[in-house]
Amino acid sequence: MSTAAIPASPLCVALLGAPNSGKTTIFNALTGARAKVGNYPGVTVERREGAMRKSARSVNVLDLPGSYSLRGETLDEQVVERVLEGELDSKPDALLIVVDATTLQRSLAMVLEALEAHAELPSALVVTMIDEMRARGGKIDFNKLSKTLGTPVFPVVGHRGVGIDAVFRALEKPEDWSRPKTFPRSEGPEARYAWVDDVCADIGATKIKPDTRSDRVDRWLLHPFVGVIVFVAVMVLVFQSIFTWAVPAMDGIEAFFGEVGRLSRAVLPAGILTDLWADGIVAGVGSVLVFLPQIIILFALIHFLEDVGYMARAAFVVDRIMGWVGLQGRSFVVLLSCSACAVPGIMAARTIPSPRDRLATILVAPFVTCSARLPVYTLLIAAFIPAVTIGGFVGVQGLVMFALYLLGAITALGAAAVLKATVVRGHIATFYMELPPYRMPTLKLLATQVAHSARAFIRRAGTIIFTASIVVWALLNFPRADTIGMTPEAEAQAQLEVSVAGNIGRAIEPAIEPLGYDWKIGVGLIASLAAREVIVATLAQIYAVGDPDDFDGLRGALRSDLNPETGEPVFNIAVALSLLVFFVFALQCTSTIVIMAKETGSWKWPAFAFSYMFALAYMASFVTFRAASAWLL
Amino acid sequence: MSTTYDNAPVSLADQSPGFRGRILARKNGSIALRLRELGFVAGTAVSVLRRGPLGGPFEVELRGYRICVRRNDIAAIDVEPVMF
Repeated sequence: MSTAAIPASPLCVALLGAPNSGKTTIFNALTGARAKVGNYPGVTVERREGAMRKSARSVNVLDLPGSYSLRGETLDEQVVERVLEGELDSKPDALLIVVDATTLQRSLAMVLEALEAHAELPSALVVTMIDEMRARGGKIDFNKLSKTLGTPVFPVVGHRGVGIDAVFRALEKPEDWSRPKTFPRSEGPEARYAWVDDVCADIGATKIKPDTRSDRVDRWLLHPFVGVIVFVAVMVLVFQSIFTWAVPAMDGIEAFFGEVGRLSRAVLPAGILTDLWADGIVAGVGSVLVFLPQIIILFALIHFLEDVGYMARAAFVVDRIMGWVGLQGRSFVVLLSCSACAVPGIMAARTIPSPRDRLATILVAPFVTCSARLPVYTLLIAAFIPAVTIGGFVGVQGLVMFALYLLGAITALGAAAVLKATVVRGHIATFYMELPPYRMPTLKLLATQVAHSARAFIRRAGTIIFTASIVVWALLNFPRADTIGMTPEAEAQAQLEVSVAGNIGRAIEPAIEPLGYDWKIGVGLIASLAAREVIVATLAQIYAVGDPDDFDGLRGALRSDLNPETGEPVFNIAVALSLLVFFVFALQCTSTIVIMAKETGSWKWPAFAFSYMFALAYMASFVTFRAASAWLL
Repeated sequence: MSTTYDNAPVSLADQSPGFRGRILARKNGSIALRLRELGFVAGTAVSVLRRGPLGGPFEVELRGYRICVRRNDIAAIDVEPVMF
């Protein structure tokens, strides 16, 4: 081929399709799952684009958000029409519409809608899941469909790559595609479906038998009683996996960063820069990356449940409960994602069609126990909750951990009910959720999704946590104290006393004293505004425990710290419980605040969330401290 | 093809699992646009498969796919039973 025939600018092909149509699988097949991910200008909708593989011509595939209509109800859907109109991006050069062969009786309506509105675009149809359609006794005349539409039609089995080659070849030359027939604009869905019904009868798309395999599974998974038990079991499994399966990998990462810190100290000359590197950067970033295994496992499970089709079922099972607090089944899926980290969770709220439901879900999402709270909970529980069992098998420590999770979940739902009745009041939006057939996702698809989530988390650790670690370290170490001739412990103590952080801690001590905290905890709380888990590293620095990841050492230091005036321990069970409760409620996470502002388009909402959550945390900790002091001490 | 019934149309929201029928054209008010876009238009065959726990949402089959919808949202959908 001569180079002159290839135009300089790449061709842009937009991929349009409903959720569950197999669009993502087609996108991955065409681009080798290498997507450039960003946002559309001015809107918080993810824009995924990838270069087509195996192509002589430079072709960019733009993966439009999953959509049931071009008219658009969700943020995602509104983007579709604007892209096709050329309002958001440069107008695509061709349109590839992906439809699931088993749902043609519904999905052809959007095909017609697209052809009505965009006759000017070369368009083609990719019909996926033809293996499933055939297994259900279907036989579709694709030639007839192609003649009816006037466009090329490519039957494929996306996950096995059957028929994909024809799509590759066609995408190189959209100019050569047969052009769609001219369809006059329909008055509404009724007119469109009248046409769809005729076409489907004509091509044989009405003769597909119900999906008996999914039926047999749903008989149990959606059973009013058994379904609830399965749901609870799945949730237990998800959380069990965070606590047990992730532990070996987490221990490994912890050991790695501990070793890097020690080696750095051994190799580098002693001095302020070495301190910054070992105590600030390595310890700070390490204390966050330690959660990576949990994030990966949790997201692998969540993506798997989503792709296999269970997430929609879970939403079906809990929709009634979510309805009581003014939310809907989809909100549950979002809140579950928040149990890894609120940042991807809040981003997932884009799938909620009603703006009010979406806002309410975002505003309560930070209550869900995220993995950043885990090290705080683990440290305080290990240090102050007795390791005894009730009845010989239920550990009190585990029970407290469970209670904290439950408190977070119940608060999220309660807060949603209050918000929906006050701040984001409005009539309840239509709820609908497709229950797709159960489908086994390919390992490749799963790996791509998990890698995407993990990368986002690492980026966060690399930016916000990195910065916070340095700032906290600087606040703790400047101005320098005169420590000549002191023991390392006394030196650290003296440094803390004169540092900026120490002064801030003492300044806020009167405000936090009613909660049972001294100024050192105050320093930790200030530092934890960057990210909750930073309090652990900060307490480690304050208590001058050599290795910031040394939980046992820190635990001991917390237990034995005495108040110099009263001689009483600084920490007791009442203080520990009060601090735990504070962490359940307070919004101490810069990343969450930033993502909230981005997703709601205003700083008003994160400011509101921070204020009401802080007020709640303060009151609840006060009550907890008083009650625990009265009853437990 | 469509059977005419003398009795007043009934709402899809009042049907139990096992119901099979057809959506009727509505004289007053209309079905939410989103549901119409999803295929809930006059003449379409629908069946109720099951309800969610505690009086939860309906699982409905139409046009070869399944969807979960809330009782309130489908109250405006009139149906007539169809015998098979």
